Amino acid sequence: MGEMEELRKEADNLKDQITEARKVVQDTTLQEAVAGTTLVGRVQLKTRKTLRGHLAKIYAMHWGTDTKLCVSASQDGKLIVWDTLTTNKVNAIPLKSSWVMTCAYAPSGNMVACGGLDNMCSIYNLKGKDGNVKVMRELAAHTGYLSCCRFLSDSEIITSSGDCTCILWDIETGTEKTIFAGHLGDCMSLAVSPDFKMFISGACDFTAKLWDIREATCRQTFSGHESDINAIGFFPNGNAVITGSDDATCKLYDLRADQELITYQDSGIMCGVTSLAPSLSGRLLLAGYDDFNVNIWDMLKAERVGVLAGHDNRVSCIGVSSDGMACCTGSWDSFLKIWN
Amino acid sequence: MSGSSNLVAMKKIVQQLRFEASINRVKVSQAAADLQQFCMQNALQDPLLTGVSSSTNPFRPQKVCSFL
Repeated sequence: MGEMEELRKEADNLKDQITEARKVVQDTTLQEAVAGTTLVGRVQLKTRKTLRGHLAKIYAMHWGTDTKLCVSASQDGKLIVWDTLTTNKVNAIPLKSSWVMTCAYAPSGNMVACGGLDNMCSIYNLKGKDGNVKVMRELAAHTGYLSCCRFLSDSEIITSSGDCTCILWDIETGTEKTIFAGHLGDCMSLAVSPDFKMFISGACDFTAKLWDIREATCRQTFSGHESDINAIGFFPNGNAVITGSDDATCKLYDLRADQELITYQDSGIMCGVTSLAPSLSGRLLLAGYDDFNVNIWDMLKAERVGVLAGHDNRVSCIGVSSDGMACCTGSWDSFLKIWN
Repeated sequence: MSGSSNLVAMKKIVQQLRFEASINRVKVSQAAADLQQFCMQNALQDPLLTGVSSSTNPFRPQKVCSFL
């Protein structure tokens, strides 16, 4: 047998081993485990604020940490930092490239980042001496579009790209610290664990991967989706991962059991999931869909308990503030809405 | 040429699978119980779950009525 053939056989054997090992610990299902739990009552959130100002589709938004400020990115070529309490625009930053697909707020509140079809991640300093917001760094190395970015601190940021890799950058030097390769399709989304030690990525190879940031390794791979994963997030305690896909479902994967626990689906939902965010306790899963709605799921019982209907076009992004007080949705209709 | 790079790629895949196969796994019953416990413990602190009264909702400033 040739070496290639032997390797293929070994790969298949290992895949079977993983499937078996997952079955061995499957002594119950999440559904059975929570059979005695009461379904959450109907959740009815109202629009409290509408943030108006973008002139084209909004592709991304991200809340600041411990604050009511958030940043949004639109293909009108602007990043806007909003005070969601007053609806005032704190900053309106013109971008070099209007083809922006993602934005992020640094935990410190000192910087924001964005990127898109320019294949670059641009870092902006919000607290410059003369009060002007300027480009601080342009992180260029990806050979595909920038789909998502998230700051670890003011000196490090992680990006995901259509080139199938994720990169950990040193912002100060503008260089790549670590390249995370392994996905076989465009990386569409990433999320950092609450303890900042790990991150997860969702890709067009239908899988989600858990990466150890300092060890620079892929720890686990989760399959099951039947189409591209567009959105990904951590369950608030960092022990589980939630994914949203073009296959119209969301899935919950537990990291310690190394398997899917449940799927959030409904025969009435036939369009892709674009974005997702858990509520503070993790009990609610808010997911944005192509059909202009946000569905609210009871994460334990996997049943829909609410709908946010207020946008006139696709909901492209969603986020829950760090104190859990409000949810923000961004849409192709050019508006952001704050709900609670 | 492409043969040897395919071999290198395949070896990496096998190495990664070996690594992923070797992790310790916790029982689903334990994992499910822990998720449920976290939800329960934090339920009362979850404003979207409990609802926010207008007096404590920062997004809904209290309107003051005054008689003119």
